[in-house]
Amino acid sequence: MSMDEKTARKVASLARLRVTDEEVARRAAQLSNILHFVEQLDEVDTDGVEPLPSPVNIKLRLREDKVTDGACVEAVLSNAPEELEDFYVVPKVVE
Amino acid sequence: MATLIKGETGEWEVVIGMEVHAQVIAESKLFSGASAHFGAAPNAQVSLVDAAMPGMLPVLNEHCVEQAVRTGLGLNSKINLVSVFERKNYFYADLPQGYQISQFLHPIVGEGAIEIDLPDGSSKAIGIERLHLEQDAGKSLHDQHPTKSFVDLNRSGCALMEIVSKPDMRGPEEATAYLSKLRMILRYLGTCDGNMEEGSMRADVNVSVRRPGDELGTRTETKNVNSLKAVQQAIEYECRRQIELIEDGGAVVQETRLWDPVKMETRSMRSKEEAHDYRYFPDPDLLPLEISNDFVAQIKSTLPELPDQKKHRFMQDYALSLYDASVLIAERGRADYFETVANDNDAKLAANWVINELLGALNKDGKALKDSPITAAQLGGLIGLIADNTISGKIAKDVFAEMYASGKDAAAIVEEKGLKQVTDTGAIEAIVDEVIAENPDNVAAYRGGKDKLFGFFVGQVMKKSQGKANPGVVNDLLKEKLG
Repeated sequence: MSMDEKTARKVASLARLRVTDEEVARRAAQLSNILHFVEQLDEVDTDGVEPLPSPVNIKLRLREDKVTDGACVEAVLSNAPEELEDFYVVPKVVE
Repeated sequence: MATLIKGETGEWEVVIGMEVHAQVIAESKLFSGASAHFGAAPNAQVSLVDAAMPGMLPVLNEHCVEQAVRTGLGLNSKINLVSVFERKNYFYADLPQGYQISQFLHPIVGEGAIEIDLPDGSSKAIGIERLHLEQDAGKSLHDQHPTKSFVDLNRSGCALMEIVSKPDMRGPEEATAYLSKLRMILRYLGTCDGNMEEGSMRADVNVSVRRPGDELGTRTETKNVNSLKAVQQAIEYECRRQIELIEDGGAVVQETRLWDPVKMETRSMRSKEEAHDYRYFPDPDLLPLEISNDFVAQIKSTLPELPDQKKHRFMQDYALSLYDASVLIAERGRADYFETVANDNDAKLAANWVINELLGALNKDGKALKDSPITAAQLGGLIGLIADNTISGKIAKDVFAEMYASGKDAAAIVEEKGLKQVTDTGAIEAIVDEVIAENPDNVAAYRGGKDKLFGFFVGQVMKKSQGKANPGVVNDLLKEKLG
């Protein structure tokens, strides 16, 4: 499977990445290469094989319903480009 | 109650399905130990997991899994022993991860059905498609600043159940009946508080129209429908819009629309279209969720009696109508109140007094049942006095008003005010004689064939006895004396 330029533009837009017109052919080719590489797996016959969620035989760990975290607003906001009265402040995003 | 809508070119059937997001009652969030309580200061209940700091890993809250299973059982649905968390990818300012952890191909709960009660007294089964667990997003405030949005992540990561119905509803009444029954079940189960004003229960409504008997038409999804009334209005608006569109030669576009409760209309959210490419894939941070039959059985053994079971029991054991039973089961507290009143009493009478008198009076005052000045045992006492003929039904209403105002027992009020019904034939006979003696003209007219005057005599006797004469005895005596 190869990726055409239209699809490459769509993938970029879904990932919120800017791709210039000059760049797009090169990116499409790179993504195609990745797809071709992964496509090698098609050579393996997986009919009737259950998906393996993890190579290690462990179960999902659950936790008790207790409040053990939070109340660290300073740490949470420490990387925010802008904040006010403990809110994150971002460019207006309403429609 | 399949309501057909008349268009310009014939009749149309409306087909409705609903997706309801219900916030799970839990102490902490779905994948982090931050508090899940409502109303804290901005960002005070956010862990580094909820803020999606690099390297943070989600750890699943066992109680949220129990709550989802409990809800699934309450919706008579299949519980899936293996389910998978996936990432639903999209960008928004209040979604710090850039994806929502949700369930897609393998939800924790599969198909089932609930019963809805309709205004005409009938009921209908509505299919449940699935229920899955997912994270809630944070909250954005857009009205605090001209060019900025404010983001509070307290809600980010709280557990939600998304409950998807089958497209089994055929009109706005069925849709609101479904939503209120669903809310009732969640409240009985204690898995969601069902508070639509605070947003702990939110509905998206899928609407399409078709000619009766045709294949399903193209549907639209309307968001922001956050009260029973809004559900009704949004569906009415949306099906009329679709019918007009088709009848004018157009076609319905599958899209997301937004309900505007001020303008009373739905409008297209075009910008949402591209975002619908969610690129789900299994979350590599989380293994599949496996639960055992024992785990499910353990939860099943703790389920309360559910609204529909209660409804059927009330109809069977107390011989109540479907309507009375539906009103009484609407809240667990109300049903319990009724059962205390009905204990050792005439159940039909108890139902009437709870529904018509008590709920009527509370409703008028804007009070909840838990704030009722009359306890269930006290109301039972009043009904006992009616049933054993101590007081008449008419006097009982006055006693009720007094109880409601003072909180006193019925027996004490009856005693204090001397309201005991007179059943002593001799005493009533004296009054009857008096009334007959005082109204010779009417007596003659009655005997001459004016049967309607009988009511006049009853009224006079009751008046003279200050309402305390037993109406049955009065009737018998008057019939005998007037001949």
